[in-house]
Amino acid sequence: MALTTAPSSTPRATGPVRTPADQRGSGRIWQREGLAGYVFLSPWLIGLLAITAVPMLLSLYLSFTNYDILTPWSEIEWVGLANYERMFTSDASYWHAVQVTLSFALIAVPLKLAAALGVALLLNRAWRGVGLFRGLFYLPSLLGGSVALAIVWVSMFNRDGAFNSFLGLFGIEGKPWVNDPDWALETLMVLAIWQFGAPMVIFLAGLKQVPTELYEAASVDGAGKVRQFLSVTLPMLSPVIFFNLVLETINGFQGFTSAFVLSNGTGGPVDSTLMYTLNLYIKGFVDLEMGYASAMAWVFLLAIAVITVVLFSTGRFWVHYSDGEDR
Amino acid sequence: MVTQTEAPAPTAALAPTSARRPSGTGRHLGRLLILVAILAVVLYPLFWMIGTSVKSPEEIVNNIGLLPREFTPGNYSDGWSNFDVSFGRFFLNSAMVSLLTVLGNALSCLLAAYAFARLRFRLRGFWFAIMIGTLLLPGHVLIVPQYILFRTFDMVGGPWPYLPLVVPQFLATEAFFVFLMVQFIRGIPRELDEAAKIDGASPFGIFRYVILPLSRPALVTTAIFSFIWTWNDFFRQLVYLSDLEDYTVPVALTLFIDSTSQSAVGPMFAMSVLSLLPVFLFFVAFQRMLVEGLNTSGLKG
Repeated sequence: MALTTAPSSTPRATGPVRTPADQRGSGRIWQREGLAGYVFLSPWLIGLLAITAVPMLLSLYLSFTNYDILTPWSEIEWVGLANYERMFTSDASYWHAVQVTLSFALIAVPLKLAAALGVALLLNRAWRGVGLFRGLFYLPSLLGGSVALAIVWVSMFNRDGAFNSFLGLFGIEGKPWVNDPDWALETLMVLAIWQFGAPMVIFLAGLKQVPTELYEAASVDGAGKVRQFLSVTLPMLSPVIFFNLVLETINGFQGFTSAFVLSNGTGGPVDSTLMYTLNLYIKGFVDLEMGYASAMAWVFLLAIAVITVVLFSTGRFWVHYSDGEDR
Repeated sequence: MVTQTEAPAPTAALAPTSARRPSGTGRHLGRLLILVAILAVVLYPLFWMIGTSVKSPEEIVNNIGLLPREFTPGNYSDGWSNFDVSFGRFFLNSAMVSLLTVLGNALSCLLAAYAFARLRFRLRGFWFAIMIGTLLLPGHVLIVPQYILFRTFDMVGGPWPYLPLVVPQFLATEAFFVFLMVQFIRGIPRELDEAAKIDGASPFGIFRYVILPLSRPALVTTAIFSFIWTWNDFFRQLVYLSDLEDYTVPVALTLFIDSTSQSAVGPMFAMSVLSLLPVFLFFVAFQRMLVEGLNTSGLKG
């Protein structure tokens, strides 16, 4: 590293010969390492500026206007806080979307994590074929938020879908779940929970890190399986649980594809699947109220930031790091 | 693509486990039975999708079984040409967007990662913090202004409508991959850089002859996840593509939902199966290299 910090004012040709590297002529090149750094960084910097920073400023500005893509730039009207006011006071569908999104995240995320942890515990043993099992449980996550899976899901929970046929075997009469405002969102929750493979794999990696001696010590102390789970597994796993919780919560708030497919882009039936991002899409790209949509985007960003901060600040009460730094 | 942080995980899925003390065969059998039962529920929708894709319209309504009584492969050819534009075109469009995205992400993210991991320059810490910040930025927040910008430059629905989908990928906007590669490059011994430097290599030479060849596992990981995420991405493709001919597979699939006829269900399922096939095959083909890439990049949890 000494070479890189060589003073740049020393011209190589006249300066004293100090190192083999200087003799070979690389010293001069490395004196410009700072320049090289920016050359390598330039695609990212351009992207940051053009694709992220400028759009962010633009959307902040637009959120105070009534911009609707059709009006020319010169005629954009500054409306002050009107968009935000409308959002918080007079737009019933906005609050409905907030409610839908919150209930989706609050119910689906914990159940998904519970399913992931449960199956991970069952798979946390070495035996022939365990790898295949893990791969198969991971499959729904791999196929992820694809339109095809959402289509299959909607068909399964239709009036004459597979789920109702299954209920029919027991003489239970099903209902058109996806068309029922009371149940449409629940079918989407089940879809999200079904894709528990990704957090499961992370749990498996975490479980491997728990030292076997801790279980041995616990069982010497007379702890049963349940007690071992509560006193050894859960605390040792808490950093991984926390990681999954943050990731899945942020993901949960952004659910779009399945809600779009189920409602054919409307958020129906009766707004029951109007996820926040779907609502934003409708306002911005269907109703062309881009100023209003920008305001919604900024509130969304702030909400995610607040939720992340809240998660991190509650984390210190229950996340334990094995190096003893419980902070 | 930005919205989907689900995938980076299959490390442990395929890696061997540390052996625990052997338990009784009975207990093992019990656990196995529970697992098989859960797996049956998990896999049922996928098998049902494949089964339905070869059922006749009547059977789709009244046959609950996974297997069709009457094998109807015609759904595939019907679905393929169900719209004015053939599904072959949609697949080509998707393939093009996905492959360019893979190329763009691999290239631009590695350049940025090399700078962050190895080079000293002013404000490096500051830029690195910004990069980590963008990691948490939801894609939905930027979609409206990005759309407006691309539209202002005539890139939306222009002569080559995929520019808004592809250009950002060549500018390392996918911070997740930059971060992954920074972690990976940090694991490459610095002695190799030093040796090359003593041999007279410039920063560019070190990138070309040391970092680039040794980063193959990280590049493969990036390629796989960019491919899968882009192939499955719906939100951005829905926003930017407006002409039927330009549609990618996910956008084209939603056309089936618009057509309300019962007879389109079989073809819809056939095309859904086909749309998932590339992702599945890609994963199967590269999973070994993927595990290597994630293990060595310090993302192992």
